[in-house]
Amino acid sequence: MTNIFDIIGPIMVGPSSSHTAGAVRLGRIARALLGEFPVNAHIQLHGSFARTYKGHGTDKAIIAGLLGFAPDDLRIRESLKIAKSEALDFVFEPVDLGDVHPNTALINIHGISGRHLSILGSSVGGGKVQIHKVNDLPAEFTAEYDTLIVYHMDTPGVIATVTSLLARHDINIGQMKVYRSHRGGRSVIVLETDEEVREELCQQVKALPNVTGIMSLRAV
Amino acid sequence: MITYQSVKELVELADAQDKRIADIVIAQQVTEQHASVDELYQHMADTFHVMQESVEWGLQPGHRSPSGLSGGDALKLLAALNEGETIGGTILGMAIVRALAVTEVNATMGRIVAAPTAGSCGILPAAILTVMETKGIPEHEAIMALFTAGGIGVVIAKQATISGAQGGCQAECGSAAAMAAAAIVEMVHGTPQQASHACAFALKNVLGLVCDPVAGLVEVPCIKRNAMGVANAFVAADMALAGIESAIPADEVIKTMGSIGMQMPASLRETSEGGLAATPTGKRLAKKLVNP
Repeated sequence: MTNIFDIIGPIMVGPSSSHTAGAVRLGRIARALLGEFPVNAHIQLHGSFARTYKGHGTDKAIIAGLLGFAPDDLRIRESLKIAKSEALDFVFEPVDLGDVHPNTALINIHGISGRHLSILGSSVGGGKVQIHKVNDLPAEFTAEYDTLIVYHMDTPGVIATVTSLLARHDINIGQMKVYRSHRGGRSVIVLETDEEVREELCQQVKALPNVTGIMSLRAV
Repeated sequence: MITYQSVKELVELADAQDKRIADIVIAQQVTEQHASVDELYQHMADTFHVMQESVEWGLQPGHRSPSGLSGGDALKLLAALNEGETIGGTILGMAIVRALAVTEVNATMGRIVAAPTAGSCGILPAAILTVMETKGIPEHEAIMALFTAGGIGVVIAKQATISGAQGGCQAECGSAAAMAAAAIVEMVHGTPQQASHACAFALKNVLGLVCDPVAGLVEVPCIKRNAMGVANAFVAADMALAGIESAIPADEVIKTMGSIGMQMPASLRETSEGGLAATPTGKRLAKKLVNP
């Protein structure tokens, strides 16, 4: 932690940077990855999240994030009512998600077009989060940078093609992680970039051979 | 990159350039964030204004936290102050009122600045705003003092911890008091060395303080510990400004705070399994509040 505004900040709605501000960001990330208004949400809360979510307003925080609110938005307090009035159905369920961080949530949402998305993420303190899985596939990122997730078939050259395409557009990759189910199976690349990967470039990545899908997220 | 690792380095850099710690911190942040001094100053000014609003909001009547555990105490003390009934006088009294007000706002899901954390959000605004008002210091100086506080906080985060889960309350309210103490020393034109001593005093005073929130909520005892934190910052700043020196340098105090945190059992680090949270009353309150 070296940024002065991580120490004098964040500006946030209380009471807890981990249980409230971080929880808003988890919701925002899910909403952004879904890319459309969510109509239902099933949210499973683990550990300290499960035990204290009402007192910390973690439920209001995650729903506020799904509605697209920022961590300092005062509407967070009223988010459950706002969700009902905007026809977002939600259920919270305290569960044991196993060997994960104490402040972890598994968020399952469906969008207005029927699109489905799930994220498994933890609020790790100071409003910072760590996403572990998207749609049940591994994808570790913090959403502090623009993030591009590329799904593809594990074949030689896909990673090189994607990264050189980004390089041609002067996009610097800060971090990159690669996962695969098995040799030759489904693979995931998670790229955290210093510059925005614009929609047009996303489409070019999506059209590359052996790429099966992409998700793009602006820093949250 | 922010290159400073210690309070000593901040003091030496400031002395060498005949500047304040605040100037060194802002100059380093310019390099780190690829931003201009003006942009960083404006960001901090916005932050300062949120702190002011959080105090004002906290002094509106009718606040009660969703748990029902807190609310209304800032106003009680303000009423006593207005009646001239306090022992510590107006300046300390107003500082405590502001610390309570901001932390109560936090508990009601109001907007605050985590400084360094939400649980310790009352101390720095209470200290800065009270000194600004009492000493007639321009707002610009108060905003710069937040850079002083931030620099001390960066060192504490690097050399120890600012997280209650890792280091107990000494890491949250202790760090906030140390940051505030250094900041108010610079506001009244104390030297960088005096700011360093003030930081050391404030942190020394609360070494070993545990994090034991009832029902896991940022209310009991966090709100009153913020009141204590701003008083601690004033005690530390006044001693340093009078020329009193800390026998143990700030950096060694900071490191020992971190190592004490590591020696603390988990039950006393924000898990609500020990301390006040585990008292009969703490457990009874928790049982009523915790989700089924």
